[in-house]
Amino acid sequence: MDMNEIKEIFFQECEEQLAELESGLLKLNDGDRDPETVNAVFRAVHSIKGGAGAFGLDDLVSFAHVFETTLDCVRSNKLEPTQDVLKVMLKSADVLADLTNAARDGGSVDEARSRTLIRELEALANGEVPAAAEAPASKPAVAAPKAAAPAPVVEKPAVNDEGFQPIPFSFGDFDEEPADRYVPTCQILFRPKKDLYAKGNEAALLLRDLSRLGEMSIYCDMDSLPPLDKMNPEEAYFSWKISVTTDKGEDGVRTVFEFAEWDCDLDIRTIEEEVVGEAANEEELPMQPVPFDLSILDEGGSTGSDEEPAVIESDAAAAVAAAETVSKVAQVASRAAENAKAAASAASAAQANQAAAAGQTIRVDLDRVDRLINLVGELVINQAMLSQSVVENDTNGTSSINMGLEELQQLTREIQDSVMAIRAQPVKPVFQRMARTVREIADITGKSVRLITEGENTEVDKTVIDKLAEPLTHMIRNAVDHGLEMPEKREALGKNPEGTVRLTAKHRSGRIVIELADDGAGINREKVRQKAIDNDLIAADANLSDEEIDNLIFHAGFSTADKVSDLSGRGVGMDVVKRSIQALGGRISISSKPGQGSVFTMSLPLTLAVLDGMVVTVAGQTLVVPLTAIVETLQPEASAIHSFGASQRLISIRNSFCPLVDVGRILNFRNTQANPMDGVALLVESEGGGQRALMVDAIQGQRQVVIKSLEANYTHVPGIAAATILGDGRVALILDVDAVVAASRGQSLRQDISLAATG
Amino acid sequence: MKKKVLTVDDSRTIRNMLLVTLNNAGFETIQAEDGIEGLEVLENANPDVIVTDINMPRLDGFGFIEGVRRNEKYRAIPILVLTTESDAEKKNRARQAGATGWIVKPFDPTKLIDAIERVTA
Repeated sequence: MDMNEIKEIFFQECEEQLAELESGLLKLNDGDRDPETVNAVFRAVHSIKGGAGAFGLDDLVSFAHVFETTLDCVRSNKLEPTQDVLKVMLKSADVLADLTNAARDGGSVDEARSRTLIRELEALANGEVPAAAEAPASKPAVAAPKAAAPAPVVEKPAVNDEGFQPIPFSFGDFDEEPADRYVPTCQILFRPKKDLYAKGNEAALLLRDLSRLGEMSIYCDMDSLPPLDKMNPEEAYFSWKISVTTDKGEDGVRTVFEFAEWDCDLDIRTIEEEVVGEAANEEELPMQPVPFDLSILDEGGSTGSDEEPAVIESDAAAAVAAAETVSKVAQVASRAAENAKAAASAASAAQANQAAAAGQTIRVDLDRVDRLINLVGELVINQAMLSQSVVENDTNGTSSINMGLEELQQLTREIQDSVMAIRAQPVKPVFQRMARTVREIADITGKSVRLITEGENTEVDKTVIDKLAEPLTHMIRNAVDHGLEMPEKREALGKNPEGTVRLTAKHRSGRIVIELADDGAGINREKVRQKAIDNDLIAADANLSDEEIDNLIFHAGFSTADKVSDLSGRGVGMDVVKRSIQALGGRISISSKPGQGSVFTMSLPLTLAVLDGMVVTVAGQTLVVPLTAIVETLQPEASAIHSFGASQRLISIRNSFCPLVDVGRILNFRNTQANPMDGVALLVESEGGGQRALMVDAIQGQRQVVIKSLEANYTHVPGIAAATILGDGRVALILDVDAVVAASRGQSLRQDISLAATG
Repeated sequence: MKKKVLTVDDSRTIRNMLLVTLNNAGFETIQAEDGIEGLEVLENANPDVIVTDINMPRLDGFGFIEGVRRNEKYRAIPILVLTTESDAEKKNRARQAGATGWIVKPFDPTKLIDAIERVTA
C-alpha cells in the first residue's frame, strides 16, 4: 500500500463521514438530543480533519477545524443546537463535502460561501446569534454578521477552551541552533515519582535519551531505598544527578523529559562549558560516574517492570473491584440506552440494529461482485440447458440424474439469491443526497422546505441506486421549484408556510416503489392543457381526463414554468426523468390534487440481473412474462368472452369484466385476433392498478431468467423490456407488461413495431 | 526481535498510515478500531507499545487507556496518544488516564517512530 492508495481510502472514508455528519445533523434538526449523536457528528468532522492534515489538505483542515470548534461547543452544551444553528451547520456540511470533492478531483469551491460560513461558525462558537435568522437565506453573502471578525480562520481560532493551536513539535527543531557557539552543560536533578512508572514511562529510557544528547555523567542517589522487606515494588526510590554537555541546550533536555515532567521532580540548570569543571567540583556531592550500560536497554524485554511481578494482592483486588464497578455502570448505561431505544420509532430501532451490525462488514471491490454475478447468471443458464437436455434424452424420466438436477436447481437459485443480496444496498445514501438538493433549492427559491424521508433502509440493487440519483434530483427540484408555493402564498392559503416534500421507499411485490410527494399546489391542469395545445401535443378540442392531462408533463419538451429557471433545467424535464426510470425497467406515474400537491410514484425492479418469469408461446414466438406482474392464469371459456365495441373483447372473471388483450396482435406477431378459446389468459396488474387479461397461446413453464439488455446490444423495442437466453440456447424476449397494457388502451406501440417480431 | 505496536484508531485512513509507517520502520503492527476492540485485541496481542486515538466511538481513548492501566498484565505498557489536540487540557486528561506520551497529528513518520523509540527499550 502506498500513500496514493491511502489517500483514496481517505476520500472513501470522507464520504462515509460526510454521510454520517449529515444524517446526524438531520437527527439533531428533528430534535434528537442524544449526546452520542452529537459525538458522532463531532467525530465525523474530526476524522476528516485528521486525515486531511495527514495529506496536507490545508483548506479542508482549516474549514473542518472551525466547524469542529463550533460542534465542540454543542457537544459541551455551550451552544444550543437550534434550527437556526443547524441550518448553518448543514450548510457547512455541504461546504465540507465540496471541499473534500475539490481536494480529490481538483477544481475549486465557492470561496465566498465557505468564508461566510466560517464567519458564521465562529460567531456561533463565540455565542452570537446565528446570522441566518436575521438575514434572508437567499443572500448568504449579506448574511455575514458584521460583528464577526473578518480575520482569516487559522490565525484567529475561536475562543473556547479547546481552541486548537497546532504546535507541531519536531525533535529536529534544535538542529537549527548554531553549533559553533559555546556548548552548554546542563545539570539535571531528576527524581521520578511513582506515577511516572505507573504511566509506562521508564527512568532508564529517559537516561538513555539524555545520553544521546551529548557527553553525560550520572550519579544515582539510592539513599532512600529501604531494606528489602520494607520495599514497595511500585514505589519510586531512586533519584539521579546528571550532567550532560549538549549543543541542544536546556530545551533539548526538557524535550527528553516532555512525557515525564508531570511525574517527577525536575531541576535543570545550564552552566557554561568553561565553568563545568569548577561547578562540578563545588557540588556538595561529588559526581561519581556510575557505569551505565546502555546495551541492556537494547536487549528488549521490559526493564522497568522487572520489579513488578511482586504485585500486591489488595491492589489486584481493588483493580478487579474497579473493573466490576465500571462494568456495572456500563450495564446500567446500556440498559438506559435500550429503554431510550425502545421508545424510539421502529424505523430508528432498525437503524440502531444496523449500526450494531455495521462492524461486521468487509469491503469488496465492486468488480469482483459483478464478475460473480455474471458467472452466476451463466450458471443459471447452463443449469437450465443441462436440465433441458437431460429431459430430452431421458426416456424413463425418473432417473437419479433428475433428482440431482432438481437439487442443483435449488442450489443455483440459492447462490443467485445470495449473490444478489450482496449487491443490495439501502437507498439511504441517495436519499441523503436529496436532503442537500432540497436545502439548496429552498435557499435559491426562498421557499421553506422540509424533507421527510421514509424507508431509507429499503434495499435495492446497487446499479439501481446509482442510476436513481439523477432522476430523483430532478424530480425533487421540480417538486420544490414548481410544486411548492412561496411561503407567503402558503400562509394565505392556510397551509403551513413550510412546505413538505416526502420521499418514501418501500418494497411492493418484488419491486421497490419510491414515492415523492409534495404538499404544494398540485398540477395546474388548465395551464398544462394550454401549454400542450400551444406545443401541438394535443388538439385544441381534445377531450382529456384529469389523469391524461397530468401525464402530459412527461412529454418531451414540456415545462410549465413560465420562466426557464436554473433549477429545473431548460425544458429537459419530466420526459428525461421518465426515460431514465424506464431504462431501469421502471415505471413512473403521477397523481395530483389541485391545492393539495402531487405524488410521483416510481416502481423499479429490485435487481437488473435476473427475473422470475413465465415462459409463454405467442404466435410461434417464445416470450417471457415477468412473474411479478401476473396475478393468475386461466383458461377462458366461451361463455366468459364478451365482445365490446368494434374489436375489443372482455373476459368476465368472477363477476367482473376485464379487457382481453391479445399479445400477438399488439406486438404485430399476427394480423388477426386469436381465438381466446385456443389460448391461455394471464391476468396481470399494471402499475396504474388496472387489471388486464393478456392472451397468449400456451404456457411453457415458470423459470428464472437472466436479463440481457436489448438496449445494450440492439435498441429499445416498444413492448419488450429485455431479452434472455433459454435453456435450449435460444433467445426469448421479455414482455414489458405495462407497455402492452398501455398499447391496448388504444395508444399503439409507436416506432418500428414490426422489428419487435423479428428481433 | 521485532517490536510489536498496537494501534487503536477509528479512522481507516489513519490506521492505514500507521500500518504503512510502522511496517516500513520494521515494527510488527496490530490494529483495532476503537477502545472496546482495542481492549479485546490487547488481551492476546502482547504488544510492546500502544498508540491510540482519543476521539473514537464506543470507547474513547481516555476510557481505553484507563482500561489498559487496570489490566494486570498491561498496566505498565507505554501508551502514546495520537491527537490533533495539542492543547494542555487534552494532554492532561490523557495523562491522568495514564498515557505515557503523545504524538500530535498530523504526524510524519519520523515523529511517530521517534516517539515510539522514546518510550520503548
